[in-house]
Amino acid sequence: MMTNIGARLTQGQFSFLPDLTDVQITAQLNYALQQGWAIGIEYTDDPHPRNTYWDMYGNPMFDLKDPAGILKEINECRKTFPRHYIRVTAFDATRGWETPRMSYLVNRPAVEPGFALVREEREGRSIRYTIRSYAADKPEGERY
Amino acid sequence: MSSPSPVPIPAESPSASGSVDLSAILREARVTEALEQLDRELVGLVPVKTRLREIAAFLAVEKARSGLGLASGAPSLHMSFTGNPGTGKTTVALRMAEILHRLGFVRKGHLIAVTRDDLVGQYIGHTAPKTKEVLKRAMGGVLFIDEAYYLYRPENERDYGQEAIEILLQVMENQRDDLVVILAGYKERMDTFFRSNPGFSSRIAHHIDFPDYSSAELGSIADGMLERMQYRFDAQAAAAFGEYIERRQRLPHFANARSIRNALDRARLRQASRLCAVPGSVDALALSTITEQDIRASRVFSEENNRSD
Repeated sequence: MMTNIGARLTQGQFSFLPDLTDVQITAQLNYALQQGWAIGIEYTDDPHPRNTYWDMYGNPMFDLKDPAGILKEINECRKTFPRHYIRVTAFDATRGWETPRMSYLVNRPAVEPGFALVREEREGRSIRYTIRSYAADKPEGERY
Repeated sequence: MSSPSPVPIPAESPSASGSVDLSAILREARVTEALEQLDRELVGLVPVKTRLREIAAFLAVEKARSGLGLASGAPSLHMSFTGNPGTGKTTVALRMAEILHRLGFVRKGHLIAVTRDDLVGQYIGHTAPKTKEVLKRAMGGVLFIDEAYYLYRPENERDYGQEAIEILLQVMENQRDDLVVILAGYKERMDTFFRSNPGFSSRIAHHIDFPDYSSAELGSIADGMLERMQYRFDAQAAAAFGEYIERRQRLPHFANARSIRNALDRARLRQASRLCAVPGSVDALALSTITEQDIRASRVFSEENNRSD
C-alpha cells in the first residue's frame, strides 16, 4: 500500500505541488516581506513530521526590502547541503501571532525513500503504530 | 522590470522596427517630476544636476532600447559622489534612488546609508556576515557608503576592510540588477582610494563631483531652511547673516550647508534665551523673528582667528 506515490515528503505549504521554481520562491518571499515577516532558512536530514526543530542556515533575516538577498542565501544553502531538506519559514512577530506564518520546502534530496510503518505489539494483542524514515536508519550526514 | 514584448527587428534596418517617445518614458515614470523637484529644492549644484539629467536620459534610452529589442546589457549604475562635507551628497543619493526606482532600474528604491562600522567586523570571521547582512538589506535599492576610503587602511595589512571590499566588489559585479552602490567622500581621499583599489574605479561608471557652495547659494539655502522651520530674519539680521557666511567660510571645518544649519540652530537658541530673559508676553511675530543680535553674538564675529561656532 502506498498512498504517497513517489514518497515525496509533504510538509508545509505547496508540498503537493511540483517543486517551486526560483521565480515562484521569489514571489512568495516578496509576499512575506510585504507582510513584514522575518525570514529564516532551515535544513535537516531527518524528515520525521514531528521533528520541528531544524537547523538554521545563517541568522534569521530582518528588515529586508527585496528577496534577491534571501534567494542568494537559499542558493548558498543548497550548495552547502545539496541532499538535505531545506525550508523557508516566515516568522510573524506581531503580538498575538508570534509564530511562523509560512513554511515551505525549497530543496529536497534526489531520492526520498519515504517512511516505514512500525507496528509495536502491546499487551492484550493491541498494536501501536508509528512511522520511521528509512533514511534515518543511517547516521546523520549519510542519510541521503 | 516590465517591458513590452520585444519587437523582432530586421537585421539590416533596426530603425524601421518602430519608434519610441523618450520624453513619454521620462514623463510616465515621473522622472521629469523628480528632476524638477530636485531643481527646486536643491540650491546650486549645477554640474550635479546636469549629470543627473544625463544619467536619467541614458536610462530612458536604455529602457527604450530594451523595449524595441535592441541590445541593452544592464547598464552599470554604480556611482561615486565626491565633495566636501555638507554639499548634499546624501540628499542627492536619496533622489538618485528615487529616479532609478521610477525608471525601473532598482526594484524597491530605498536607500541604505552605511559607513565602515556597518561593514567591517571587529574580529576574524566577523566581517563577511556583517557585510553580507548590509548587502542583503540594500538589495532592490541603493547602498550608500559614506566615507568609503575608510574601508581601505593601507597602513595595516591585516585590516578587515579588505575583506569587505572584496565582498562588495563581487556583489557589485555579479548582482548589478539587484543593487546600486554609491560611494561618497572627500575628493582627494576618494582619488587615493580609487588609485589603490583599481577594481573599484573600473566598476564605477559615474563619478560625480559636488562643488562647494558660493556665499549667495549658502544664503538662499539658509532662507529655505528658515522657511521650513517657520522662522524669519528681520532686515538687519539678514545682512548680518550674509556677513556671518563670508566669515564662516574662511574658518576651518567649514561644512557648507551643514554649518549653515548649525548656525541657524544656535541663532534659534540665542533667540529663545533672549525672549525668555524679558518678562511679559510675546506674540507670534516675536517668536518667529531672529534679530541681528542673535546672529552677532556668534563667536565668528568676536574673534578673528577662532575655531568653529
